[in-house]
Amino acid sequence: MEEISFETNKEPDILLPPKTQSKALRWMKENLFSGWFNALLTIVSALVTGYILFHSIQFIFTEDWSVIAVNFRLLMIGQFPVEEVWRIWTAFGLLTVLLGLSWGLWKGSMAHVAVSILAIMVVMLVMPFIQMNTRLILGGNIVLLFLTFFIGTKLPKLKVPVLLVWLLFIPVTIFILNGFGVFEPVSSNIWGGFLLTMLIASVSIIVSFPIGLLLALGRRSTLPVVKYFCVIYIEFIRGIPLITVLFIGQLMIPLFLGNGIEISNVMRAMIGMTLFSAAYLAENIRGGLQSIPKGQYEAAQSLGLSKAHMMTFVILPQALKAVIPACVGQFISIFKDTSLVAIVGLTDLLGMGQKLVANPEFLGKQMEVFLFIGFIYFIFCFLMAHVSRRLEVKLGVGER
Amino acid sequence: MKKKSSLWVFSLLLFFVLALVGCTKDEEAGTEKKDDSTTDTTATDTASATSVMDTVLSRGKLVAGINDALPGFGYVGTDGKNAGFDIDFAKAIAAGVLGDAEAVEYRPLSAQERFTAVQTGEVDVLVRNTTWTTNRDSEVGLNFAPVTFYDGQGIMVPADSGINSLEDLEGTRIGVETGTTTELNLADQMRARGINFEAVVFDSADAVVAAYEAGSIDAWTTDKSGLVSRQSIMADPSAHKILAETISKEPLAPAVKGGDDKWFDAVTWIVFATIQAEEFGITSENVDDFLDDENPDIKRLLGTEGNLGEQLGLPADFGYQVIKQVGNYGEIYDRHLGPDTVFKLERGLNALYTNGGLLYAAPFR
Repeated sequence: MEEISFETNKEPDILLPPKTQSKALRWMKENLFSGWFNALLTIVSALVTGYILFHSIQFIFTEDWSVIAVNFRLLMIGQFPVEEVWRIWTAFGLLTVLLGLSWGLWKGSMAHVAVSILAIMVVMLVMPFIQMNTRLILGGNIVLLFLTFFIGTKLPKLKVPVLLVWLLFIPVTIFILNGFGVFEPVSSNIWGGFLLTMLIASVSIIVSFPIGLLLALGRRSTLPVVKYFCVIYIEFIRGIPLITVLFIGQLMIPLFLGNGIEISNVMRAMIGMTLFSAAYLAENIRGGLQSIPKGQYEAAQSLGLSKAHMMTFVILPQALKAVIPACVGQFISIFKDTSLVAIVGLTDLLGMGQKLVANPEFLGKQMEVFLFIGFIYFIFCFLMAHVSRRLEVKLGVGER
Repeated sequence: MKKKSSLWVFSLLLFFVLALVGCTKDEEAGTEKKDDSTTDTTATDTASATSVMDTVLSRGKLVAGINDALPGFGYVGTDGKNAGFDIDFAKAIAAGVLGDAEAVEYRPLSAQERFTAVQTGEVDVLVRNTTWTTNRDSEVGLNFAPVTFYDGQGIMVPADSGINSLEDLEGTRIGVETGTTTELNLADQMRARGINFEAVVFDSADAVVAAYEAGSIDAWTTDKSGLVSRQSIMADPSAHKILAETISKEPLAPAVKGGDDKWFDAVTWIVFATIQAEEFGITSENVDDFLDDENPDIKRLLGTEGNLGEQLGLPADFGYQVIKQVGNYGEIYDRHLGPDTVFKLERGLNALYTNGGLLYAAPFR
């Protein structure tokens, strides 16, 4: 939108009065000092902003950040055994290959994701406290990203296989991390740090989407059993807070299951988060479904499409496109809500931070640790929001 | 029309199948986990008939419920290993039962879920700064091993505030951490003495300390060990003091599920072994020199004479292993809370009875 309005503004350029003042000065006069009240407001808010900025920057540059440097590995992967770290690198390498290929194949919004991940890798590479071998692996990953990018641009046939691997990526990652008999098993109880945050978030986002879609369709079904099952499920889940769902997962499920059966608490948290976000997604998608004018249904029917075809080819593409912003908002909030698992005893990024500041060496360093954690959350949420905006532009959301 | 409606039914059936697949996906993930631990599962089933001891032995690993975010008692070190006072007692139990102090799987538990975890057998033992109370011993269904740390709730005030006793706290603002018994204890004590105060509730100990240091509350309260450890890292430790009064008793002890005497006895006597070793002056350094000691009490503790281990269902040398691999009570205390740490906590009630404390091990015979 911005680009368009900018271009329309360009045309009447000739009509503007001759520039007597520099652009910046004029802009300031018009926007900041147009009257005594606005001038006062500008000065006061500039002072307040300056004060806050000064102290924040002073804090950032004078604080001792060694707590982050020393514990960086713990914050990233928790207590995952050092000798098994290659598994995480393998999963990460696979992600890099996928990203590179998708970047080459689709360009567009994929490029933004790939470039952002690349930027994060480069920033990590130059951090002074990163170990040498980690640097080498990161460097290798960057090379790999570019390599697969070129492969992707040259081989457009790879689109379908790459999509398939994307679908399998999370199960494969969990398989590699857990081992499941093939490798030495690493219990999911010791998965932690940012790794756990990412795993819980991606599993709940990916699994909850199809469930949410089915619930949304089910809620609009004419069959009473299906309809009321969906309505009751959605309204029940939406009626209780997420933390309650997590507590039910951690406290009630073991009691119900009794002694024999053991589901790891990481798995319980994933199931809880998935069921929770599915209900919210269902409502988002239902909103999209209802926004499609009746004419679309009638047009599809008059073409002789079956209900399934009508949904897949006519209704859902439009409905889902319409709710991208709402869904991404939901995804971002799932990502942030994963930090709640720290309350039920899991060691996600936040949980790891709490454990680090209990180390007598770092007592009283909670400010640094939590600021850093907040910063990581910000980067990733911002990234998600940014990609979704690109996606909206590309798909033309809001334009008909 | 008929064809259309049959298609509609078909698509709904498809939806159902998909929905079922969608649901079972999660369950499958769960069953995969289950398969992973089939050996544990069968063991736990038999355990309900016999003892947690057998589960631990067949698993070859002790599952300990811990708190890994409590300074001094449990935390994650920079090397990613769990460490702390409570952690060392979990290690001692593993050393005594399995002969390997490192054979422990740590399960971090929140204050709310810790009892469920013991009841359901998710953890074999709870070593998580848990206060031994009547209710927990009876209704909650736990059995408490000997107390490993005698704590008590205290109050910290600025040194120049002129507050010297609880009575001086009339009309002040006192910070407490929410959801703990400290909040309740404070209210009880102050009501009993008829002192008016304003309780300011915070979410975490860090937040209470921050508010206290910023001067927005006049005093703050938590267990005395916590007060001392926080005082040691304040900007100016000498500017604060801890009131002499202790407003509650907090005996912290390891706990196991009730009704399993064999396992309870094992844990009890492993804790006693650390205390008895300190009384005899046996440390992890010099324990080998004591192996040929003539004192029959020491011989029985180290398992060179008698069959105490066998009677408890433990290896004969369980006492030796505990002392050798983890150390005696004094060593554990000094390692995490003693004068060489930032906390510099006095032994106080946690000294041996011979030094005026409360630690007293029943005799090994």
